[in-house]
Amino acid sequence: MKLFKSLLTATAVAAVCLAGPAQAEDKRIALVVKALGIGFFEAAAKGAEEAAKELGDVEIIYTGPTDTTAEGQIEVINALIAQKVDAIAISANDQDALVPALKKAMDRGITVISWDSGVAPEGRQLHLNPSSNELIGNMIIKLAADHLPDGGDVAVLSASATATNQNIWIEEMNKVKDNYPGINVVATVYGDDLADKSYREAQGLMQTYPDLKAIIAPTSVGIVAAAQAVSDAEKAGQINVTGLGLPSEMAGHIDSGASKSFAIWNPIDLGYSATMLAYNLATDKAEAKPGGEIPMGRMGSLTLNDKNEGAMADPFTYDSSNINDFKDIF
Amino acid sequence: MSVTANETGSIERQIPDRLKSPAQRFLASWELLLLGVAVAVFTLNSFASPYFLDAWNLSDATYNFTEKAMIAFAMALLIISGEIDLSVASIIALASTAMGFAVQMGADTSVLILVGVGVGLLCGAFNGVLVTGLGLPSIVVTIGTMSLFRGISYIVLGDKAYTGYPSSFAFFGQGYVWWAVSFEFVLFVLFAIFFAIVLHRTSFGRLVYAIGNNPVGALFSGIQVARVKFVLFLLTGAMSGVAAICLTSRLGATRPSIAFGWELEVVTMVVLGGVSILGGAGSIPGVVIAAFVMGMVTFGFGLLNVPGIVMSIFIGLLLIAVIALPRIARQVLARRRG
Repeated sequence: MKLFKSLLTATAVAAVCLAGPAQAEDKRIALVVKALGIGFFEAAAKGAEEAAKELGDVEIIYTGPTDTTAEGQIEVINALIAQKVDAIAISANDQDALVPALKKAMDRGITVISWDSGVAPEGRQLHLNPSSNELIGNMIIKLAADHLPDGGDVAVLSASATATNQNIWIEEMNKVKDNYPGINVVATVYGDDLADKSYREAQGLMQTYPDLKAIIAPTSVGIVAAAQAVSDAEKAGQINVTGLGLPSEMAGHIDSGASKSFAIWNPIDLGYSATMLAYNLATDKAEAKPGGEIPMGRMGSLTLNDKNEGAMADPFTYDSSNINDFKDIF
Repeated sequence: MSVTANETGSIERQIPDRLKSPAQRFLASWELLLLGVAVAVFTLNSFASPYFLDAWNLSDATYNFTEKAMIAFAMALLIISGEIDLSVASIIALASTAMGFAVQMGADTSVLILVGVGVGLLCGAFNGVLVTGLGLPSIVVTIGTMSLFRGISYIVLGDKAYTGYPSSFAFFGQGYVWWAVSFEFVLFVLFAIFFAIVLHRTSFGRLVYAIGNNPVGALFSGIQVARVKFVLFLLTGAMSGVAAICLTSRLGATRPSIAFGWELEVVTMVVLGGVSILGGAGSIPGVVIAAFVMGMVTFGFGLLNVPGIVMSIFIGLLLIAVIALPRIARQVLARRRG
């Protein structure tokens, strides 16, 4: 069905392009994601469309490679430069490797911002963090500790070893873990954001550490795979899977008890804010400079630090009390 | 490999009454069919997007295939000889990691080039020794080294990245020789000419075809099969090293996941270019056109913001169609002849 939809979209896009640039005055903002077909980014695209509707004269190009590779994103960026889009808002697969391509985009007058997963400062005008890394790092271990009053062994199941954001969060988590006495982080494994690999890594953790009490997966792919692995091993209730996930994908695991709670910022808000920021920069309504404040519609405004980075909002905890309200949204 | 082909009867050996003229052969050739596809893709793209026919845009588009094509030339020779190398993308990762390490040690651009090509050669030699020295099947050996080479990169780098390449090094992947003609594209053309001459105009090229068509026969004809194959593995390794230099220079950074999955795209390019996966047949011009077709399709779809998965489906269908069509045509013709 998804495939059919993609093909339909492709045909529709081709038809629109054949019809010629009818709305030539619209600002074209490209929302570039790590890879297409990931629930989180589909939700962000919804937020971008919401912002476009609110602004009126904006056309959103939602695009990204098939695999989460820097090379794939560079091909996408080259195609966007060729189309002379007005702005590129990207969630990067690699903070360094995209810099030459994005520099080229900026040289040709395109506004470039990064969001979610950042690009090195010389490759973008500003970076929008969904939350502050400190808060997320603290949140993921707090989620595990909240359900372990007597302490115990916990393990981390991350995305790929090169994923920018996951690495920062784990680093921040390690900084504050002494605030949670009795919580013992025994291992960090990498599921590469692939469902099958994450599942096998979670199984491996359960076999290697029989006393494991919680698995922290700060990735929407990893957390679902880990919860599934825990359910399949009939250890729901003994091992709590937590971390960052999508309500729609985690609802079943909250019901089964494999996961007691998890957190995420709202990706709809994130896509919305990224679009607003890109629009305000592209139309010269605001300037990206340290200390600057850039409005982002209903989300307030973004305050930039000395590296031109800003945080959108605090992460939000989902559990059995509120999951049903959110599972149909994203 | 041709022995199995004979057993299944999929390849017929006939002695014709009269050889076809070069013009006739060209009209019935794979290259012409591919050229038709390339022209069709180019024309469709020009109509589909107002941005396609722009020198700088087309120049940017060549980066979609130049590095992969350089490996594909060497891979074509290897596949024609009846072997394959699936470790090429991992060789890129290892060569790039070695170059990144050299930068940390204070190496300048000329040393980096030596390191890149050198590591490529070493990896190629390692594959070559295992295949020709120990007589192991190349598909198994290179699936093994595919994990091995990239694994070393992961051990060295982990979640880190090597950056800080000297600014003169950026020329290889980002520089322009003249106007919109990039250095990589010039390199691509030079290597295309080099490999076309080696395969089609030298005795070494004849040996490659002979080995691919009948390795046992070639051996008994006094051809040093093992030595020729070893040289081909060396060449493929060296070209992977060259691709690693270009890609690393273009990205300006090395991570162990660099060029992930490229081996399949390189093999797709070679097969689409008309090289028989069973060995013994194929040409460099075919691979060159296939590279353009793949690059053009990727870029054209990119301009229309078509999702990547649809591109993969299209390339897959194209591959099956281009391979199936001549065979279907042959069967129809054979049936008509009765």
